[in-house]
Amino acid sequence: MDDLDRRLINRLQLGVPLVRHPWQALAEELDADAAQLRERVQARLDDGTLTRFGPMFDIERLGGAFTLAALSVPEARFDRVAEQLAAMPEVAHNYRREHAWNMWFVLGCATPEGIAQTIARIEAETGLPVLNLPKEETYHVGLHFPV
Amino acid sequence: MSACTSRSDPSDAPESMELTKRLVELTEAGLPLVDDPWAWLAERLGTSIEVTLELLQRLQTEGAIRRIAAVPNHYRLGYRHNGMTVWDVDDAEIARLGPLIGSQAFVSHCYRRPRQPGWHYNLFAMVHGRSADEIEAYRAEIRQLLGSACRAEDMLVSSRILKKTGLRVSSRR
Repeated sequence: MDDLDRRLINRLQLGVPLVRHPWQALAEELDADAAQLRERVQARLDDGTLTRFGPMFDIERLGGAFTLAALSVPEARFDRVAEQLAAMPEVAHNYRREHAWNMWFVLGCATPEGIAQTIARIEAETGLPVLNLPKEETYHVGLHFPV
Repeated sequence: MSACTSRSDPSDAPESMELTKRLVELTEAGLPLVDDPWAWLAERLGTSIEVTLELLQRLQTEGAIRRIAAVPNHYRLGYRHNGMTVWDVDDAEIARLGPLIGSQAFVSHCYRRPRQPGWHYNLFAMVHGRSADEIEAYRAEIRQLLGSACRAEDMLVSSRILKKTGLRVSSRR
């Protein structure tokens, strides 16, 4: 990763300007060529440094719903339950965390009822109670990783 | 998206909501790296470039689109340690302290969530760092800021990614 890559990644995490020709605007800002910038973004997507390029939607403002939830999974069943959750499209992220509640995941659904149904399904399929922690207030969302 | 949240805006007309729904379907997996992305979108939405750009600007102003951005794999960038710090904060103080914790540069997400049986923490702040020491230091800073309003705390460190696909809802209506 060279200096231009770093500046590009730092800049693109903040969002592209919503102007008629965004790549041209970025090229002028970063003192580079627009086509070259796009090639570099593609290369960083291809090598896995970037996972996505596109709009970051607030699903709730679009009528959808999501929640943070957790399970306390017995060690012997951990991988099997992880597979069960991985197969559900409603499960967006799932992380193992070192705690009695050892599996933490985000559910995203098109409707609030979808969340309740998905939780009921997880409880039925795993036989484990789900800890459901919908957010009540957002104080900050702003992932930015300077490189 | 059947229940758009802003109710009084004339842009909530059915055709606008239909455009928004199709915009989400077209772009939730990502935007192509083309010279003229708004023209690419406009063509698929069956509308003009001007209408497309105005729609994007409006959704961003309303917060339905946070930004159109690149999402890094933070593990690849060296941020291999993340901790979900959780705090039991006095209800009378959380409206003041939540925004304060959220405004710390090292906090990527900060939410108030309900207490539940078996779970008594109501403030969540996610921290990321390049080492275990670094996230411990962030946790200590948060503890300092919360002071006596905090009754209990924990930090849940992630040790394995089991799934990471991002939120995709348009195909599951």
